[in-house]
Amino acid sequence: MEVTANNTIDETNVWGGGNKPLKASYGKLMMWFFIVSDALTFTGFLVAYGFSRFKNIDSWPIADEVFTHFPFLHGVDAPMYYVALMTFVLIFSSVTMVLAVDAGHHMNKAKVTFYMLLTIIGGAIFVGSQAWEWKNFIKGEYGALETKGGQILQFMDAETGKRVALEAFASNIDSPRDTHQDSNGIWFIGESSLPSYSLEEVAAGFVANESLVVKSEKIDETGHKIILSREESLLKIKEAVNVVEGANLVHNEYGNRLFADFFFFITGFHGFHVLSGVVINIIIFFNVIMGTYEKRGHYEMVEKVGLYWHFVDLVWVFVFTFFYLV
Amino acid sequence: MAHDTENLAIFRGLLKFKSNVQKIWGVLIFLSIVTTVEVILGIVKPESLMGMFLGMKTLNWIFIILTIVKAYYIAWDFMHIRDEKGGLKGSIVLPLVVLIPYLCFILLLEADYIFEVMRTGFVSWNF
Repeated sequence: MEVTANNTIDETNVWGGGNKPLKASYGKLMMWFFIVSDALTFTGFLVAYGFSRFKNIDSWPIADEVFTHFPFLHGVDAPMYYVALMTFVLIFSSVTMVLAVDAGHHMNKAKVTFYMLLTIIGGAIFVGSQAWEWKNFIKGEYGALETKGGQILQFMDAETGKRVALEAFASNIDSPRDTHQDSNGIWFIGESSLPSYSLEEVAAGFVANESLVVKSEKIDETGHKIILSREESLLKIKEAVNVVEGANLVHNEYGNRLFADFFFFITGFHGFHVLSGVVINIIIFFNVIMGTYEKRGHYEMVEKVGLYWHFVDLVWVFVFTFFYLV
Repeated sequence: MAHDTENLAIFRGLLKFKSNVQKIWGVLIFLSIVTTVEVILGIVKPESLMGMFLGMKTLNWIFIILTIVKAYYIAWDFMHIRDEKGGLKGSIVLPLVVLIPYLCFILLLEADYIFEVMRTGFVSWNF
C-alpha cells in the first residue's frame, strides 16, 4: 500500500480543523445558515398571507385603494409612489453596503466608514417611512361600517364616484353614550375609545344624503369593488353593527380584517429586521472607526453584516410585490 | 472570498465590468429599471395584461417574475453568491428553491379549494 506523503498532510488538514472547505469562514457560513432559515420564516408568513388572500379572493382589499398617501400631498390620490420611494431607499442603502464591503477588501478604512454611514442613514429613513405608513394605516381616512358578519361597508358619492368620509355626512344626534371604562359595570369589559360618530349618526346621515351609496367588499370580474344601488345600500346599512375608523388587529376599515393583521405582522416583522440591522450596522460602524478591523487585518465583519442587510432588502422586494403590486 | 476572484460579468457574460465598484453601480441601475417598470405597470395597469393566466392575472405573473429577477441579482451580486463555491451556492439556493414553491403550491391550492367550498356551500358568509 503506497501512501504519498502529500496525501497524509492533506488528511491531517481536513480533519484537524482550521481549513475552509467551502472557501468561506465559519462566521460567514453561520450567517448564511441564519439567512436561509429566516428566508423560510418569511416564506411562511407571505404564503400564509397568500392563503388568506386566495381564500377570500373575491373580497380582498385592493392595495391601491388602501395605501394612497404621500408626504405633504394631502388629499391627493397617490397609490404606490411612497412605497416605490421606500424600495429605492432600501436598494440604495444595499448598494452603499456592498460598496463598504468592497472598500473593506481594499482595506480602505475611510471609505468603509463613509459607506457604512450612508447605509445607516438609508436604513433609518426606511424605518421612519415604515412608521409613517403605519400611522396612516392605523388612523384611516374615510371610516366605514361593519356588519355582524365582519363585512365592511364603505361610502361613495354615486355622482362623483369618490369615497366619502364619515365626517362629511354623519348627522349630529345628541347621544348619551360615553366611553365604557372597565371601572364601570362589568369589570373585565372596557373599550379604549369610541369612534367619532355613533352608528345611529352615520345611518341617519346616510339616509339624509340622497347621493350616497355603499361600496361593498366584493370584487367583480374586472377586479373592481362592487358598488350597491341606493336601494340596496339602504337595506344594507341596517345590517351594520359597528363604526370602524382606521385599522387595528380587530377591526379594519379597508376591508377584510386579516388584511390588517397580515400587514401589521409581516411589515412589522420586516421593519424589526431593518431596525436590528441598523443597530448592528451602528455597532460595526463604531468598530470600523475605532480601527478594530484594521488591527484584525480584514473587514470580514462588514461583509457578514452586509449579508444580513442585503437579505433584509431581498425580503422587502418580496413584501413590496405581494402587498402593494399583486 | 478574496477580491481577486470576483466574477465581473452579468447577464451570462453579455455585460462585463472593469471593476467590482462598476459592477455594483451597474446592478443598481438594472434593479432600479426593473423597479421602475414594476411601479409604472402597477399604476397604469394596462388592459391587455388583465387577462387570466394559470389562475392569476398576467400582470401579477409579470410582477412575480420581475421580483424573482431582482432577488436573483441581489443575491448573486450584492450577497456575492456568484463568487462562492458551487457547493455553498447549492446548499443555500436549493433548499429555498425546492421548499418555497412547494409550500406555495400546497397552501394556495388548499386556499382555492376553501374558497370554492365557501362560495358554493349553503352557508352565507355575508350577513
